Amino acid sequence: MLPMSYYLVLSALIFGLGVLGVLIRRNALVIFMSIELMLNAVNLTFITLSRYLETLHGQIYVFFVMTVAAAEVAVGLAIIMLLYRNWGTANIDDINLMKW
Amino acid sequence: MHQYVWLIPLFPILGVLINGLLGHKLPKKVIGPIACIAVGLSAILSTLIFFEVKALPPESRILNDVISYTWMAAGNFYVDIGFLVDPLSLVMLLVVCWVSLLIHIYSIGYMHGDPGYARFFTELNLFVFFMLILVSANNFLMMFVGWEGVGLCSYLLIGFWYEKKSATDAGNKAFIVNRIGDFGFLLGIFGIFFFTGTLNFQEVFAKAPATFAYGGLEITLITLALFLGATGKSAQVPLYTWLPDAMEGPTPVSALIHAATMVTAGVYMVARMNVLFMMAPISLMIVGIIGAITAIYAATIGMTQFDIKRVLAYSTVSQLGYMFLACGVGAFSIGIFHLMTHAFFKALLFMGAGSVMHALAGELDMRKMGDLRKHMPHTYRTFLIGTLAIAGIPPLAGFFSKDEILYKAFSAESTIWEMGGVTLWAIGLTAALITAFYMFRAVFMTFYGKSRVDDHVAKHLHESPAVMTAPLWILAILSIIGGWVGIPWIESLNLFPQWLEPVMKGKAVVSQLTGGIPAHAVHHSLSFELMMALVSVIVAAIGIFIAYKLYVKNPELPERLTYGRFFPVYHLVLDKYRIDELYDRLFVKPTLWLSEKFMWKVVDDKIIDGTVNGIADLAKGWGSWTQRLQTGYVQNYALMIVIGVMLIFSFIIYLN
Repeated sequence: MLPMSYYLVLSALIFGLGVLGVLIRRNALVIFMSIELMLNAVNLTFITLSRYLETLHGQIYVFFVMTVAAAEVAVGLAIIMLLYRNWGTANIDDINLMKW
Repeated sequence: MHQYVWLIPLFPILGVLINGLLGHKLPKKVIGPIACIAVGLSAILSTLIFFEVKALPPESRILNDVISYTWMAAGNFYVDIGFLVDPLSLVMLLVVCWVSLLIHIYSIGYMHGDPGYARFFTELNLFVFFMLILVSANNFLMMFVGWEGVGLCSYLLIGFWYEKKSATDAGNKAFIVNRIGDFGFLLGIFGIFFFTGTLNFQEVFAKAPATFAYGGLEITLITLALFLGATGKSAQVPLYTWLPDAMEGPTPVSALIHAATMVTAGVYMVARMNVLFMMAPISLMIVGIIGAITAIYAATIGMTQFDIKRVLAYSTVSQLGYMFLACGVGAFSIGIFHLMTHAFFKALLFMGAGSVMHALAGELDMRKMGDLRKHMPHTYRTFLIGTLAIAGIPPLAGFFSKDEILYKAFSAESTIWEMGGVTLWAIGLTAALITAFYMFRAVFMTFYGKSRVDDHVAKHLHESPAVMTAPLWILAILSIIGGWVGIPWIESLNLFPQWLEPVMKGKAVVSQLTGGIPAHAVHHSLSFELMMALVSVIVAAIGIFIAYKLYVKNPELPERLTYGRFFPVYHLVLDKYRIDELYDRLFVKPTLWLSEKFMWKVVDDKIIDGTVNGIADLAKGWGSWTQRLQTGYVQNYALMIVIGVMLIFSFIIYLN
């Protein structure tokens, strides 16, 4: 069996990639995908630890996360679609009303 | 019956509620009678209680705590809503209720054309309510409530015609000058509570001999503070200036508040506190001196005024001075006696003056009157009766009370100022001469001589309606017989002082404190007393004679005299000794200056506004700097979150 640290490092890398994507990509759809990446990185951590600690708690949490993520996709995609319909773009630099 | 005493103030306040809330919808025919019935019920009830108490033996006539409901309590401090029924409060209740009732009836006629009809009767009833609270309270604080309440109503009623600037100014002046006195009263109450720990009258008077030293500093200061309150409310030197200006109000108000009832509150208060005042001989002397000074001072001003209501106003100030003179020589019951007779004849005189004004379309200047006796026979006759009463002509009411005051002053024995009594007597006698003079001057200028009435007014000359003359006649009868309850020379007819005897414990307390010297029975040398009475009658007659000579026989003479050698003196008196101007210089102007230059320009503009604006500017500056953080780019916010999370994690890792 591979040591736990392999899985954890992989999951950290994927999470880091997700964060980076959220921070630097301009397209709302890509940012959204990066968020999914972060969620799945967390899922991987849960599974790993569940396996190594030999409890089922982590795996149950993964189901929760997946459910939430599915719901979030529905809402998030709807928001992005509406943004595109109203602004004609999915570039979030153009959507900067949240300021003084 | 006496347990229903709380109903006496209740009736007028019901009148206030009805007329105050519904008055604008009710017809005038209903408003006046409602107000009159409210006061009338109080008058009937107080009369019933009077007869009930009269049937009791004298020593059990003080019924304290008639209804006691604890108003507030904090530790040892408690104040009740309680009423005190005793001979003194009964006298006041009777005078206030009945005189108010007559003035209410008179007002129905006098105010009939006024747009503020309902407001007038509401405020009049409110005044009666507070006055009844004042005289029937059994503790200092409740009395103070009434005291402030009548001040408020006085303000409202003086400024009744609020479109007139002079009226609102006069209302303000009355209120502010009264506040100065009220401050003293309040200090006195604090002092009493500080030393005795209670505010109930009977408890305070019972504790006073043991608490205070006879003539000690504490009691002297307390009584002087109380007396300051009395000088404000009762218009004594130096706080009298508001009363003449108060004549701006409607005439029934002048009759009710500024002649018969409210201004006597100070005298009532001093008489009520007779135990305390008797224990402070210095205060008592000051009361007497202030009274005498006021009596003669106001009388001299009264000689020169041409406004008929102002003559009466100064005469009121002067007569109140007499009442304090009586209190000052320890004759509290005689002070109250004069209060009662004065209420009758001064209400009568004011209402007579109101009747004259009514006929002359509001004219107040006596130089534009004259020869009215043929046109207004009822007003003339009743006014003459009132004038004879105030001048002290026997057997009218004013004679008995005023003469008794002078006699008591003459026979007073003061331990502090040996010739004090005689001096006060001499001043009082001079004031009596002047009183007779200026009152008959008013009568002669108004009702005798050639008519100086303006032509267009003269056509409409008419006697007032019966609703106004009937109260005049009732008061005229009272002004004649009112003094007969206290004929001093016959023991069995000297009922008034005997009636008040249970309340006037001051003398007994003092004799106990000063080592059992018996409260000396004044040596009634009947012939001497009668001679004194004769002297005051002669003096009054001289005053009337001079007035007759000057204003009926030689009407041009007064003008010649005033433009001759006496010019400067005359004008000084005509301008009321320019005291108003002096107060203006000394107090009003500096206060205004301080308010504008310091309180407004420095304290308000710089300090208060500066603080508030400074805080606002600070917040604004901080905000305009921190608003730069809100860029509007979602990724910036996300970056902040990431940095924050990383900081928190590194902190946790560092801790472990």
